[in-house]
Amino acid sequence: MTLPCRNKSACEILDAYFIENRARMLDIASFLDRIDRYDGAGEAKADFRYKALTQALKLLSEREDDRTKALQMLFSDLSIEPVDSATGLKTTGAWEGAFHEGN
Amino acid sequence: MKAIDPHIHMISRTTDDYLKLAVSGIHVVTEPAFWAGYDRCSAGSFRDYFHQLTVAEPARAARFGIRHYCWIGLNSKEAEDIELSEEVLALIPEYLDRETVLGLGEIGLNKNSRNEIRALERQLALAAERNDLVLIHTPHLEDKLKGTRIIMDMILSEPRIKPERVLIDHAEEHTIGEIREKGFWYGLTLYPHSKGSPERAVDAVEIYGPDRVCINSSADWSVSDPLATLKTANEMRRRGHPEELINRIFYENPKSFLGQCPKFHIA
Repeated sequence: MTLPCRNKSACEILDAYFIENRARMLDIASFLDRIDRYDGAGEAKADFRYKALTQALKLLSEREDDRTKALQMLFSDLSIEPVDSATGLKTTGAWEGAFHEGN
Repeated sequence: MKAIDPHIHMISRTTDDYLKLAVSGIHVVTEPAFWAGYDRCSAGSFRDYFHQLTVAEPARAARFGIRHYCWIGLNSKEAEDIELSEEVLALIPEYLDRETVLGLGEIGLNKNSRNEIRALERQLALAAERNDLVLIHTPHLEDKLKGTRIIMDMILSEPRIKPERVLIDHAEEHTIGEIREKGFWYGLTLYPHSKGSPERAVDAVEIYGPDRVCINSSADWSVSDPLATLKTANEMRRRGHPEELINRIFYENPKSFLGQCPKFHIA
C-alpha cells in the first residue's frame, strides 16, 4: 500500500529540501575536485569505488524514476555464492566484481 | 509521543542517554546482542556480555523508568572463529529463558561466508525448536542484497519458523520489496553513512505503507543517535502525516511484532 502524498505538493517538497540537497551536490563536486588536486589522482580514478561513483552520477542524470533502488543495485555484490572465508575482507561500499572484464 | 526503539545498544550509551530517552517519550527499548567493536577472545567474554544484557542493563534502564528487553545470539562478525563460535553457541540456550530475553538476535550474515552461514543455521534451528522470535542482522553496504537473499532462503527452508515471527533488520531500498513479499517484518535503521536517514525512512513508509515495518536507531559505540527514531517521527510531521500514522509506525508496530513474545509487556 502506497501512502497518498496529498498533504504537500511536489513544489512544496522542492521548497523544503532544495537547499540541503544543493549542499550535498556541492559536497560531491568538492570531493571529486579534491581527488584531482592530490597526488595519485590517476590511481584513485582507476579504483572501482571511484568508477562506481561516476557511474552513479551518470545514472542520476539519466534515470527518471526509482533512482534510489537503482543506485543501491549499482553498488551491490550481484554474485550468489557464499565466500569461503570472511577473514581479512573489508566492506568497501561498492562491488569490485562489477568492474572486472566480462561484467 | 510514545515510542519504542526496537534496536538500540544501550550498553554502549551513557546514563545521560537513558535520561534523554525517558524525557523524550521512549520508555521501552530492545537490545540485540552484537559485535563489541572488536573480536572477543573467549567464551567467557560472551558470558559476561549476556549477563550484562539480561541483568545489569535492565536494572540501569529501570532507574529511568525504561523497560529494557534484549535478544541473545552470536553475531556474524565473530562466527569466523569456529572453535570460539561453537563454545558461544553452546552457551546461548541457558540465557534464552531469562525473563527479559525476547528471542534470538541479532543473528545473520556480515560478509556472507560459509562459516557465518553455519552459525546462522545453528541459531535458526534453535529458534525453530523453541518457537522463539528472530531478529536478523543483514550485511552492510555492497553485501546487503546478496546476504539478505541468502538469509531469507535459509529461513524459508525451515518450515517451523513463520516469517511473521522474524524481523529482517537494516533493510534498504533494494531489499524492502523482497522482504515484504516473503511475509517477513522489516526494520529500517537510522544510522549515518552506512544505513538510512530519517528522510529515506519516511520515503520507504510512503512507498510501501505502514504494514510490518519497525524503525530503529541502532545507536551504539559509533556515530549514532539514540533519539533518531523521534527525529524521524518529526520528519513525518514535517511532511504533514497524521499523528495516528506516526503512532502506528513508532509505537503500535513494534508493540505488535515484539508482543508475539509472551514475555514482552508494556505497562
